[in-house]
Amino acid sequence: MDNKNKTTILNLTKEEFVHPGNRACSGCGLSLVYRTALKALGKDTILVVPPSCLTVMQGLHPIASTKLPCVNVTFASTGAAATGVRAAMKALKKENVNVVAWAGDGGTGDIGIQALSGACERGEDIIYICYDNEAYMNTGVQRSGTTPQGVLTTTTPIKGKLQEKKDVPSIIDAHGIGYVATASAAYPLDLYDKVKKATTMSGPRYIHVHTPCPPGWSFDARFTIKIGKLAVQSGLFDLYEIIDGTFNLTGQSKKLIGKDKIPVLDYFKTQGRFKSLDEQIVKKVQDQVNAKWAQY
Amino acid sequence: MAPKEFCKMISRSKPGPGDGGNTGSWRVLRPVIDLKACIPVKMNKEACFNCWLYCPDSVVSKTIPPVINFEYCKGCGICAEECPAGAITMVNEATPIEEDK
Amino acid sequence: MHIIESGNVAAATGVKLSRAQVIAAYPITPQTPLTEKLSEFVEGGELDAQYIPVESEHSAMGVCIAASTAGTRAFTATSANGLLYMNEQLHWAVGARLPIVMCVANRGIGAPWTVWNDQQDTIAQRDVGWIQIYCNDHQQIIDSVIKAFRLAQSVSIPVMVCYDGYLLSHTYMPFDQPEQSKVDTFLPKFAPTHFLNPDDPANFNTVTLPDVRPGLDGKMAPGYIEIRHNLQEDLRASLDVYEEIDTAFAKDFGRGGNPFVEQYKCEDADFVAVCIGSLSYQLRDVIDIMRDNGVKIGVMGVQMYRPFPNQAIIAALDGKKCAIVFEKALSYGNQGALYADIKSALYNSKDKPLVHNYILGLGGREIKTRHLLDALNESCTAPETFGDSPRWIGLKL
Repeated sequence: MDNKNKTTILNLTKEEFVHPGNRACSGCGLSLVYRTALKALGKDTILVVPPSCLTVMQGLHPIASTKLPCVNVTFASTGAAATGVRAAMKALKKENVNVVAWAGDGGTGDIGIQALSGACERGEDIIYICYDNEAYMNTGVQRSGTTPQGVLTTTTPIKGKLQEKKDVPSIIDAHGIGYVATASAAYPLDLYDKVKKATTMSGPRYIHVHTPCPPGWSFDARFTIKIGKLAVQSGLFDLYEIIDGTFNLTGQSKKLIGKDKIPVLDYFKTQGRFKSLDEQIVKKVQDQVNAKWAQY
Repeated sequence: MAPKEFCKMISRSKPGPGDGGNTGSWRVLRPVIDLKACIPVKMNKEACFNCWLYCPDSVVSKTIPPVINFEYCKGCGICAEECPAGAITMVNEATPIEEDK
Repeated sequence: MHIIESGNVAAATGVKLSRAQVIAAYPITPQTPLTEKLSEFVEGGELDAQYIPVESEHSAMGVCIAASTAGTRAFTATSANGLLYMNEQLHWAVGARLPIVMCVANRGIGAPWTVWNDQQDTIAQRDVGWIQIYCNDHQQIIDSVIKAFRLAQSVSIPVMVCYDGYLLSHTYMPFDQPEQSKVDTFLPKFAPTHFLNPDDPANFNTVTLPDVRPGLDGKMAPGYIEIRHNLQEDLRASLDVYEEIDTAFAKDFGRGGNPFVEQYKCEDADFVAVCIGSLSYQLRDVIDIMRDNGVKIGVMGVQMYRPFPNQAIIAALDGKKCAIVFEKALSYGNQGALYADIKSALYNSKDKPLVHNYILGLGGREIKTRHLLDALNESCTAPETFGDSPRWIGLKL
């Protein structure tokens, strides 16, 4: 991200597209991500949403929390539905509309990956935002493909998840699309700038947002930002952009190049979901993080 | 007979606040801003606004002083945690606030 | 203009004449040539539509659902397992009240794999709430597609136009291709009241409560059950709308007049063979043979299966001695679905006929005239002793 074009708190728009009093949990990371990204997308946007916490946050008939047109669709069809909205916009010659799919990690990397892959391969002119809270939160914290290893969920209740986190942005990047980025709920301005940049491009654009979830990760709601920052500052979750195949760390992650990072254990200790982690896994993850950063 | 009107009922919702009701009632702790410590108040100019930026529920205004909408503030405490001046304290909801005294 | 083409091309031509705006489809035998033809129309500039070569049938309907919600005329086509893969999307499309039209080239369902014709695929979808129209020949295919688009947007309910795989999809027949200008007059542009619109933001298919709930304006909004009741009311009212559309079509194009059932030599008949789809034309030959032998028998093809045209069924069968229902599908563990529906429609009739049920042709088993003749002779000889269990035709056990 170019320094001089960076958005600051002071020039970030006051305009809100999400009404208060919605059903998101207290301290919800998604709420902040949604609120911030919608500021960047602006009024001329159509949203496509599969089942997720966002479905609940969207409201109950006949009241909606979002001030943008939105179609709720079936779980596995998000990429296809966004395709359909864009096709309709083309057919109706309404080209100046952002068509934005917004799904959770399950809706994106698990049940929704086929339709998303199809849309990416076809080069559909859509923005796809995945908020990754690293488990199926809307159904009550079951493991997902992006749940990290060792995490306690209601379907990995004793030993924690045995497998490692699925790297969804890399899978999407393998489609050769023009824009893949990661962001974090804890760095809303970085997120805002990435979404804004995505609106200026065409073709499939994918933004994967690390999104702390107080009840699902088992931490006090006031620490949503702190914990999101620790994930980045420990080098575990990296903020980056891949523009036309060129990878660059951005924001806080870029600042970490060549610097000592917080041990991953300090991040793990903040959340109840990691409480069954043994030393072996902690060491393995720390080694993986070190090896990854040695390449940056 | 007038022609039958079809599709009179679909689930189509209109935007508005308070879908979840008065979510301020969820609060256990209430954020109280110490205006003497609040940066934009102290500087008397647009500054800081971390409380506004990080509020997940957009219930803090970007004004001097920042004002919290207690009808909908869920009391998460992120504003208190992220205030660089430590100007926001989370007080027990049962504690009477200044104006109530 | 008369042309000689396949049933799939008849369907594709109907879609072109109806000016579908968004088309999404995934190839599956025997629907594939329809999809290919549509992509050719679009790529060749003959049809100004967005053609989306999706990666699955689930996505095909996903594209149509979203495109229709955004205010465009959407079309897809499939068969057999492709239709089943769409199942939740079919429910979604009708619950969202979207006027999507879909052609289904009927095919048997795996396992085991079969690519050949029967009607289990669409019959299994009878309860989703889509309107189902069945065709007996290529003329009916092209005409039904055009009528289906007008019906769908008149009642805000999606419509399936079904025709037998191979028997109709891949055979060549002459049919009249209606003039574009006349179709344009017959089928008005799709102009929905509500659509995805940044100038009038709304949230579609929001979670809906068991009970009614007041909106911001204080007005009570329906709960789930009211919305579903409204769908059912509208589906039943669609019968009248389709009749009007069929009459208007007959006026403009000189064809039609039998929107619900197509009867052949039924007027003086004691016995009526009943079926869905192209089998009804095969049965006409059999009926002619039997008539030559002095049996007063006719044949009735059911053209609309959902909503079920109870009144037309009663009008056609009440007072007959026996209705003999032939089906290329069944409700497994019970009986033929059409058989059960016909019995149910006739239950309160004063002079109801006996009703027999034959299952045949599953997975493309050849239906021989001799088999039909034997079955009908059996039914007509001792109708009272037939019983309530379906008999299977042509089994080689």
